[in-house]
Amino acid sequence: MNCRGVIAELTSYLDEALDAVAAADLERHLDGCKKCRLIVDTTRKTIEIYCNAEPVPLPEDVRARLHKALFERLGHAR
Amino acid sequence: MNAPNAKPLPSTVVRDDEGALVAAAKRGDLDAFQELVSRYESKIYRLSWNITRNKEDAEDSMQDAFLKAFQHLDGFEGGSRFYTWLVRIAVNEALMKLRKRRPNQISLDEPVQADGEDLMPRDLQDWGPSPEQKYERTELNRILTDAIEELDSPYRMAFVLRDVSELSTEETAEALGISVPAVKSRLLRARLKLRQKLDPFFRSKPS
Repeated sequence: MNCRGVIAELTSYLDEALDAVAAADLERHLDGCKKCRLIVDTTRKTIEIYCNAEPVPLPEDVRARLHKALFERLGHAR
Repeated sequence: MNAPNAKPLPSTVVRDDEGALVAAAKRGDLDAFQELVSRYESKIYRLSWNITRNKEDAEDSMQDAFLKAFQHLDGFEGGSRFYTWLVRIAVNEALMKLRKRRPNQISLDEPVQADGEDLMPRDLQDWGPSPEQKYERTELNRILTDAIEELDSPYRMAFVLRDVSELSTEETAEALGISVPAVKSRLLRARLKLRQKLDPFFRSKPS
């Protein structure tokens, strides 16, 4: 596998959706290519940072209005 | 900020008792439904906000999504996860809200790519072990929000559903009504574009 092959398979590799043979092939390339190691590492960190961050927390007043609306509108629905 | 080295996780949002709660909610048990709402409200709000980019619209579409979910619970047959089913409703509600507000601006079709578009990142540098810890929470949130906001809608939707809302690739395809290869293609571009946008903030040695 070359560098372009790593880009083509990057999403499947990060999602662990690559078959074992292709993953091993990709990892052999990573062993010898610092550039691709950095691409894989920083892209993985990009996903992790978004996954772990809470940039849009649910405001307490919004949460309270949601539960009030559900109670008022669904309390009579069934 | 927690668990900076955690891997992207496809199914942490499901708990064992979910089936029982859904069954109770189907029988009209509002308390069971409120429990389900409490589990997913933060995720659904974040999803709604990421689509509508507006606090008021996010709140309205989240409320509508939960109301609709309760009213249509009979149609949920358990073939998919409850969360996936809920996300699909929330995506539809948020898109409807968005189209009403900006009828001519929303396209979920993939933007036309220049022939031979080069996705290969350049000028690479290490980010260190926990790059996000260089920033206070407020500043980090601003960086992350600005970066994702600059993505074209099709890329943003794929990233938000797959990587932020933790759907599988197949579930993302189903929710967006596109093929699995299309999701993978959009996801690759979204991830690489976000990586590029975050790079100046997180590289170990600022350029």
